Amino acid sequence: MPELIVSPSPHIRSDVSIEKIMYSVIIALIPTVACGVYFFGTQVINIIVACILSALFTEYLALRLMGRKFVMDGSAIITGLLLALCLPPRIPLWMAALGAAFAIAFAKCVFGGLGQNIFNPALVGRVFLMVSWPVEMTTWIMPFTYDAVTTATPLGLWKMEQIATPHINLALGNVSGCIGETSAIAILIGGVFLIAKRYIDWRTPLSYIATVGILMLILRQDQDPVFHILAGGLFLGAFFMATDYVTTPITREGRIIFGIGAGVIVVAIRLIGGYPEGVAFSILLMNAFTPLIDRHVKPRVYGIKRKKIFTSPVDR
Amino acid sequence: MLKSRSFRAGIHPPGSKITAGKPIEKAKIPPFITVLLHQHAGAPCKPLVKRGDEVKAGQKIGDSDSFSSAPVHSSISGIVKEISTQLSPTGREVQGILIESDGRDEWVRMEKINPEKASKREIIARIREAGIVGLGGGYPTHVKLSPKKGKEIDTLILNGAECESYVTADHRVMLEHSEKVVKGMKIIMKVVEAERGFIGIEDNKRDAITRMREVVEREGDKRIEVIPLKTKYPQGEQGILVKAILNREKPSGGHLYDTGAIVQNVSTAKATYDAVYEGIPLVERVVTVTGDVKEPKNLLARIGTSFRELIGECGGYKGEVGKILKGGLMGGIAQWRDDVPVIKNTNCILVLNRGKSRTPEERACIRCGTCVEVCPIGLIPTILGKLAVEGRFEECMEYHIQDCMGCGSCTYVCPSKIPIAQLISYGKEELKKRAG
Repeated sequence: MPELIVSPSPHIRSDVSIEKIMYSVIIALIPTVACGVYFFGTQVINIIVACILSALFTEYLALRLMGRKFVMDGSAIITGLLLALCLPPRIPLWMAALGAAFAIAFAKCVFGGLGQNIFNPALVGRVFLMVSWPVEMTTWIMPFTYDAVTTATPLGLWKMEQIATPHINLALGNVSGCIGETSAIAILIGGVFLIAKRYIDWRTPLSYIATVGILMLILRQDQDPVFHILAGGLFLGAFFMATDYVTTPITREGRIIFGIGAGVIVVAIRLIGGYPEGVAFSILLMNAFTPLIDRHVKPRVYGIKRKKIFTSPVDR
Repeated sequence: MLKSRSFRAGIHPPGSKITAGKPIEKAKIPPFITVLLHQHAGAPCKPLVKRGDEVKAGQKIGDSDSFSSAPVHSSISGIVKEISTQLSPTGREVQGILIESDGRDEWVRMEKINPEKASKREIIARIREAGIVGLGGGYPTHVKLSPKKGKEIDTLILNGAECESYVTADHRVMLEHSEKVVKGMKIIMKVVEAERGFIGIEDNKRDAITRMREVVEREGDKRIEVIPLKTKYPQGEQGILVKAILNREKPSGGHLYDTGAIVQNVSTAKATYDAVYEGIPLVERVVTVTGDVKEPKNLLARIGTSFRELIGECGGYKGEVGKILKGGLMGGIAQWRDDVPVIKNTNCILVLNRGKSRTPEERACIRCGTCVEVCPIGLIPTILGKLAVEGRFEECMEYHIQDCMGCGSCTYVCPSKIPIAQLISYGKEELKKRAG
């Protein structure tokens, strides 16, 4: 008889793989990409392609330098795509590509590649471009205007002139802003798809968005919390960046803390800080807290009573 | 029907219970058997026979002075050919007695006992004498039924969950030997003085739930209740079962006795019935022979029959064999050879073709947290695995490595195909070595 194969149990694996998850995320972003193209024209496609190709090429190069094998696992595509989605629709292509290269090289590969980085690479790329080319990074156009007539984003308008954009426009995406932060509905479709597939945890986006809404409601009675939830990059960040596995907590409890923390930071930046936005910074800051959260927040272990903070006489 | 009870987390591997509808068939008496002298947790037995001795089926041929051991019996009549080192399906090398059949199948039985009249001690002595061990876990039953003084047992749980893929041995026993299971259960309840008894059955075995309920009803024993459990792995793990049915937890580092419950497999209850009412020691059991064999079956096999013999009885291999498992897909032990003998807790022989036997390529952890989500214990498996690999065993303790029960759910779900459970068990082994 042929030699038998001996290996430890279990002898079956689920059919979920890294690729399957990554490509599902890409599929989930299709509605958002479609909205971007619809509102801001085909130049958007060029930006997305430039970012993805640059990300892939940089990863290939970096891994070669590190003497490792390049694997097409889809993660670099996601980084490129997410970065493109948080760039202005008329950014020069070379700038977008440079941002993607920076994201992959300095936010992912220097830490040791997939699974090792601390900060969300796409957001690092965005922040890098923001500080390097602030003018180009804040040049917005109105939807359906194909030449760059500069305008302000809804959050910019609110910050400078206290003008609130109608909810319906924010939901559908008929507003100026980054390529991917136009239509809340399109983002929600993708997010719900990933939650239904159980590839992302609903706790993160829910706690994040709810914190922003509730804090706005409590702190500023004159403000409209729904506006703050729908405007800017909150939805994109909450569903696609705060849920990045590598850079966010591994436990459910930790994810809720992450969401709440990020929400608090967004509100602080929007109300007190100089920027109209704040999603990118909030997620990056919470990324820094992730190792700490993971160190201290663990699920309750079977057979071990959780230490109670408050004990009632009944417990004794 | 009441809502099925369950536990947190867990996984849903494919059931593949292809033999569920196949009645138990008596396997042919094999031309020879290998009775291993160590088929259980605890001390190994010493042989009571020598080369050339004639033995009968049911005759005790190995025993130990240790309390924590169970004797072994010949399962056929014949002649002792040799006593030598044999490969056990657990992967260890142990002493074994090779017996050649004389084809007559002559039996010796013990005296029958009426459990109503017999004392607890008599029954426990009988359970030991009959060589009964847990037919799922392999722990000597009389030891399990003798908790240390001061440990109050109020509940007996009969484990009919059978949450493993492919395995249907317990399922068939519940359908075809329901009365014996319940009567055996009552014997055990008497021995441990349990006030209540539960029979936990996964709800993918509706017929067994209905059948067991009928029998319990007929017996008229108000203490016993059949509990449907959600079909989910590892529902049949002792500690999990106690949690699902009683909502009690085995304390970390403690013993199951601390929950006040004892868990026994349904087939063990049946074996207890045979030993007490019929005087038959544990010499045969139901083995599901399944997977890539021509005709999967539930076979009533004599202990000591070689796997090859039983596979042959199922028409042999279908396609190119890759793995042979003792047990199911999740917890089965892969075999080096197909001539290892059936031991007392062999509930399944699962044959997998080459195509299904490949180990996937391991990738980097992406911290998706799926292993955390499915861990029934509430551990962070991927971090534990990583710490173990890096030799940071002290930190493993902080992450409660000792509480891992090795169910393998983390390895099953990992999208990066990291053998997390294996890494954790490596860490546990190393810690054990250090503790001395």
